[in-house]
Amino acid sequence: MDAEKNILEVQDLTINFHTYAGTVQAIRNVNFHLKKGETLAIVGESGSGKTVTTKTIMGLLANNAEVAKGTVKFHGKDILEMSEKELQAIRGRDIAEIFQDPMTSLDPTMRIGRQIAEPLMVHKGFSKSKAEKQALEMLKLVGITNAEERVNDYPHQFSGGMRQRIVIAIALVCYPEILIADEPTTALDVTIQAQILDLMKELQEKISTSIIFITHDLGVVASMADRVAVMYAGKIVEYGTVDEIFYNPQHPYTWGLLNSMPTLDTAKGQLEPIPGTPPDLLEPPVGDAFAARNPYAMKIDEEQEPPFFKVSDTHYAATWLLHPDAPAVEPPAEVVRRQKIYQERLSAGTINQGHIHSKGNTAFAGADDDDAIGE
Amino acid sequence: MDESKKILEVKHLKQYFNVGKKDEVHAVDDVSFDIYEGETFGLVGESGSGKTTTGRGIIRLLDPTDGQVMFEGRDVASIKSKKDLMSFRREMQMIFQDPYASLNPRMKVKDIVAEGIDIHHLAKNDADRTKQVEDLLETVGLNKDHSSRYPNEFSGGQRQRIGIARALAVQPKFIIADEPISALDVSIQAQVVNLMKELQHERGLTYLFIAHDLSMVKYISDRIGVMHYGKLLEIGPAEEVYNHPLHKYTASLVSAVPEPDPEFERNRVQVPYDATAEFDGKPRTMVEIAPGHFVRATESEIAEYRNRAKDEGLDLV
Repeated sequence: MDAEKNILEVQDLTINFHTYAGTVQAIRNVNFHLKKGETLAIVGESGSGKTVTTKTIMGLLANNAEVAKGTVKFHGKDILEMSEKELQAIRGRDIAEIFQDPMTSLDPTMRIGRQIAEPLMVHKGFSKSKAEKQALEMLKLVGITNAEERVNDYPHQFSGGMRQRIVIAIALVCYPEILIADEPTTALDVTIQAQILDLMKELQEKISTSIIFITHDLGVVASMADRVAVMYAGKIVEYGTVDEIFYNPQHPYTWGLLNSMPTLDTAKGQLEPIPGTPPDLLEPPVGDAFAARNPYAMKIDEEQEPPFFKVSDTHYAATWLLHPDAPAVEPPAEVVRRQKIYQERLSAGTINQGHIHSKGNTAFAGADDDDAIGE
Repeated sequence: MDESKKILEVKHLKQYFNVGKKDEVHAVDDVSFDIYEGETFGLVGESGSGKTTTGRGIIRLLDPTDGQVMFEGRDVASIKSKKDLMSFRREMQMIFQDPYASLNPRMKVKDIVAEGIDIHHLAKNDADRTKQVEDLLETVGLNKDHSSRYPNEFSGGQRQRIGIARALAVQPKFIIADEPISALDVSIQAQVVNLMKELQHERGLTYLFIAHDLSMVKYISDRIGVMHYGKLLEIGPAEEVYNHPLHKYTASLVSAVPEPDPEFERNRVQVPYDATAEFDGKPRTMVEIAPGHFVRATESEIAEYRNRAKDEGLDLV
């Protein structure tokens, strides 16, 4: 994995928000990278820092945010060091974003053809007529029927799903290298969601964009992601390929997430929620932030923050349970079921992952501070 | 199911808007279903399918255009006096979708929860009111210290618990929960669903659970009704509707639900659905195909549905 393939590298990112109540440590030492053409899903609860992470990449942080530490390198150049003018040249052209709510992310007073053409005129210097012609092509590409007639309609004349298609058309019209999709289907119905997800996959193939997909819906993650990063309380706690996270999860928080969902064959018993609520990031707890909600927490979890332990070349988890001295624990039944599938697929050779390390020779992936995800 | 008592009968409910105008909307069109005492009935559908309007018609936040809503044998639409409407609303309560919008930000939690108690004069004195509120907060997993705080001090899951406490305050028999968990995180959704199930068990509540999240609806409901374009297309036992859908629309809806399983997702085939058949103007009624499993069909479609049910391994009626 040479660095050239990583079009985006986030290192040691730490972001604080200064509020009346004090300093909120929203992002704490986050590392990840993005390769060309892949989809990285960032999963986590509200307040875990997923959106703040993407806002940083777009250079759209609020005024009270302070980047305390870290770099966000796009093709080796630090976005955090760029001037507003340099950022404007990248935003919408090289890095584009699809926002959550299609009802509020379009300009209600501007015809949609114009809105799609705008990035081309701004970034590529297209003439109005050329840009609008291209916009029409894009509108057809995202599956709007009667595009010729509808290009002059206003956003309110479209349904939610159609509006999200228009938002996607705007984001993709300059063929960006990175597409950030922040909960793009959360506001949509399942049938429309399925269409939008299919559309995103199809377009990704056509223009080979890399996607950072933010969501809390694990079903959507399973359908979209190549790799997954799980965030909790401003930190990434586990990352790996989609198969590794779903079939061989290691962090108790990931276990909890997978275990709290009703699956196809959940019996009519009780669901098993993660007890409690996420910690207050005004004063993040000492040690493992998840310890208070973690039935598997050990004494060390309350004292010292776990570093990343290596599970495979592509799979790391920050939990003391992976330490060679940790006692063996029995994960929840649902996770055991998944791990069984993993072992079966592993022996059948139908799983995508790096070289496997058994627990006995688990290697430190380095201390939390200097660990770069996936190297 | 026959032994249990019907607590709610919805008969040919119609809710039209802008009647007689050019933009007349048939939001709910000829919807009929029953809900039995102590069960959870899940109503699913896309946005605009009329599921929320149906819920609002049942609790009479809207006056139905036509049809009947019988609650414990009494037509809800015929309630005239304010006094009768109040006593009806004591029996039937609602939990709303957005816990950020459904709590008054300028009221303390104790006053939000006690509003129903005050309106219906259910507290003997101030001490009794405080005790009732504290008991309710405890019931929903909050503690009494929370009662003097304001809604903005709570997370989404906690707010939804306050909404549930408020609904329980007047000791209702029937609760309409309109997308109560859609706005919550996955790990918190399970907490709220478990709480609702516990309360149902302890207090013998009946739920109408309105949602678009099929996997959660299947889990919490005993029976499911599927709505589309204002019409009810299929009703049946939850597992059966989800695993052996008869109507093409239900099959399409089920096939669109993403599962947290990458291998399943790689092989998922979404069933397409063409809604034009719904608008061919042919008269359709709800026909029982398998026991307790109804589909909206014309006379000529019945045979087709019976065949499909047979293929799915269901017993025919």
